[in-house]
Amino acid sequence: MSRMDTTYTVLSEGLEKRFGGVHALRGLDLAVARGTVCGVLGPNGAGKTTAVRVLTTLSAPDGGSARVAGHDIVREAAAVRLAIGVAGQYASVDGELTGRENLRLFAKLLRLRGAAGRARADELLERFGLTEAADRAARTYSGGMRRRLDLASSLLTRPQVLFLDEPTTGLDPGSRGQIWTAVRELADEGTTVLLTTQYLEEADRLADDIVLIDHGRAAHRGTPAELKSLIGSYAEAVLPEDATQPVFLTAAGVLDRLTGAEPVIDREHRTVGAMATGGTLTLPRIVRELDAAGVPVMDASLRPPTLDEVFLRLTGGAGATATAAGTSGPARPVSRTAGEERAA
Amino acid sequence: MSTVAYDSTAVLGRHLRRIRHSPGVVVLTQTMPITMLLFFGFVFGSALATPGQEYRAFLVPGLLAATAAGGIMTGMFQSSQDVQRGVTDRFRTMPMSRIAVPLGQTAADLLTTAIGMVPLVLVGLAVGWRIDGGVPGALGAFGLLLLFRFATNWVGAYLGLLIRNEEIAGQLGSVTFVLPLLSNAYIPTDGLPGWLRVVAEWNPISAVAAAVRDLCGNASPSADAAWPLANPVSSALLWGLVILAVFVPLTVRAYTRSGE
Ligand SMILES: Nc1ncnc2c1ncn2[C@@H]1O[C@H](COP(=O)(O)OP(=O)(O)OP(=O)(O)O)[C@@H](O)[C@H]1O
Ligand SMILES: [Mg+2]
Repeated sequence: MSRMDTTYTVLSEGLEKRFGGVHALRGLDLAVARGTVCGVLGPNGAGKTTAVRVLTTLSAPDGGSARVAGHDIVREAAAVRLAIGVAGQYASVDGELTGRENLRLFAKLLRLRGAAGRARADELLERFGLTEAADRAARTYSGGMRRRLDLASSLLTRPQVLFLDEPTTGLDPGSRGQIWTAVRELADEGTTVLLTTQYLEEADRLADDIVLIDHGRAAHRGTPAELKSLIGSYAEAVLPEDATQPVFLTAAGVLDRLTGAEPVIDREHRTVGAMATGGTLTLPRIVRELDAAGVPVMDASLRPPTLDEVFLRLTGGAGATATAAGTSGPARPVSRTAGEERAA
Repeated sequence: MSTVAYDSTAVLGRHLRRIRHSPGVVVLTQTMPITMLLFFGFVFGSALATPGQEYRAFLVPGLLAATAAGGIMTGMFQSSQDVQRGVTDRFRTMPMSRIAVPLGQTAADLLTTAIGMVPLVLVGLAVGWRIDGGVPGALGAFGLLLLFRFATNWVGAYLGLLIRNEEIAGQLGSVTFVLPLLSNAYIPTDGLPGWLRVVAEWNPISAVAAAVRDLCGNASPSADAAWPLANPVSSALLWGLVILAVFVPLTVRAYTRSGE
């Protein structure tokens, strides 16, 4: 195990967590290499928050094991807490205290005493654009400001491992950009980051590796590029304004024949698209075949899929529904499973 | 300084700062028993067989004991608010002593109560209550009141960790106002019907109120009452210590496992 410890800052094997009848984690394996950013993606109820809570010692696992910064999360919880910074899904600062008071309190508790603590607090307030609001009660902050204060609170001691549970949910693009920059800088300085997100763009931008989790286990893992190549390219044609339903259906028939995948018709955006696997399909061929079938093509593309498309495809469409998918009941099959996944 | 002392002091500082930001809440809580003293003492007092002044002298120790019992309400509200707002979780991810959060919280409450009881004592003295037990008696009474406040505040801190919702804690908190009604705080227990009298005599609030009356020379313990009222000082002390012995470990355990 010790060899692995030096390679992986976060390493979990077969983590299990149950809440009454809900099996939130079903043998979750994670391996985050030192100094990398790991993006954990999954639909609502997949178990992302539960995974973060277990790894940050907030919640005891019912099975399996994990080491964070080389320490066992159950037996050496105190050592884990010394090594981590956590910003949960919901901002957890004291609303009755000012931003500055919050940071100074947490600094004091982290043994950054006196002037050192005050200086670090001021530095973080500055970095997250909170200097002006620093002396107002945190309850008067906007959602984005609270999240930034929460993130600042988790960075006071430059943790070895930073856990961020949906750090930018509900933020405006400016605030999101600030957090992205901060995360990248931390990673460049050697901090290992595990972040969960619903925004695929975020994982794409920040993560070195992505783990897709569904029903409490890793359904897929890889770099963003690997995950995209796994399901091929997306072939899409744009039809003219006045295209009728039969024309759409003809175009869909052509794409079905060319890709073997079920085409998606989007009347609103006048597009017909399908996922092409195998890597042999070319753009000229798509245009030629559509033209031959009498479909007037205004525009066409064969592009790498967005992570959204990867996500929908690999988690069996669970991401499309906002309802908790992880509630009890048999797991729906995922369209593909990674080789290392264990049988339930 | 040890980890426990250092962390608890930091948490204590947090709560005192919160009070400094909104002193209104504390002032309001402390005004309540004074209002009750004036209302009960002059409105009800005039309708009772006992002369008004005598009833008010009886009432003040009762209100002090009821105030001490109010620790349940404040403890419950504070803990459940911290859980609901995620502050407890942040503390739990930090390398802190596991007793520091509830200890800092209850210590802050103890300090505020110690100061907050002074106006009630002063108004009480102004409307006819007397301290005839000398300085040791008065200090003993004050000590027992604070011990009881500290103990009930731990009970509240524990319940708040289980309730995890500040609205529900607020609702339950107002229910705790009934507890002094089932004691000798506002009325003597002699006149109560059988089973109610047993409940009232064994209510810890009764022991505390009777101990204050005893130590301040207001009334001697009644020998024919149940043991706690016949020996109010010992029983008030015991109640405080037993409650702490049970609820301190329970609270630390609930804090450590919060949200699992
Ligand atoms: N304390 C709890 N008690 C009962 N069930 C819980 C608890 N916490 C989580 N669950 C359940 O466990 C499953 C996983 O929840 P979790 O919060 O980890 O999902 P998530 O991936 O973070 O979802 P979201 O994207 O909505 O944040 C869900 O079915 C949820 O209802
Ligand atoms: Mg979540």
